[in-house]
Amino acid sequence: MGNVVVRDYMIPANDFTVAGEASSSVRKILTQLGVTPHAVKRTSIAMYEAEINAVIHGHGGKAHVEIDENKIFIQISDEGPGIADLELAMQEGYSTAPDSIREMGFGAGMGLSNIKKHSDLLKIDTEINRGTTVNITVFFNK
Amino acid sequence: MKITEIAQLLKAEISTPAYCKDINIKSACSADLMSDVMAFSKENAMLLTGLVNPQVIRTAEMMDIKVVVFVRGKKPNQGMIDLAEEKGIALLETDYPLFVASGKLYDVGINGHGE
Repeated sequence: MGNVVVRDYMIPANDFTVAGEASSSVRKILTQLGVTPHAVKRTSIAMYEAEINAVIHGHGGKAHVEIDENKIFIQISDEGPGIADLELAMQEGYSTAPDSIREMGFGAGMGLSNIKKHSDLLKIDTEINRGTTVNITVFFNK
Repeated sequence: MKITEIAQLLKAEISTPAYCKDINIKSACSADLMSDVMAFSKENAMLLTGLVNPQVIRTAEMMDIKVVVFVRGKKPNQGMIDLAEEKGIALLETDYPLFVASGKLYDVGINGHGE
């Protein structure tokens, strides 16, 4: 009881070959801990979208993860340009991703709404020219 | 439906030699947009796509997708094949376009409803 697993990851900028490594690692840990497949999937989608966002928009960043028996907390932070209008960015279909990202199969404007859909708590702190921090919590029993 | 049966139906090549022979596919989704696969896909174990990059494999991993079929003659590179094998995902390559490949599978009972 009370055991907390803590992990920290670097998210390299503009490197699509390794984008998703952090989410993949967390997914493996959750599976090994016996977390339900449903919760593993929700966590994977939310974290992967946030990780991709940091690669696309944030010039890379870092991920901090804390896992206890009831939940996982994921903090993904970057020092990118920030989000000018968060409410607009949360809308499905709104995207500022360039064509090069769309060619990768992303940039459809589903990322933030997808994170919201698959997380239980979501807090986004963003400041223009300073960066964005996305705080995601997923409860395992939901 | 077994992977070998799918390969036969789609005249597809299996590019991951160490694929799982026991997997039984019942439903699939078709998309070129990985964001949509994550936003809308149900519990489907197979993805058909014309997009070829490592993020297809990553998306498949996150979504518990066990089989990816590349359509329109698209070919994954060795890096993608290695990544897929590491994640236990089978990769297939078919010359059929997305619509035709999906139709052929739907015709034999593969649905889009999730497992």
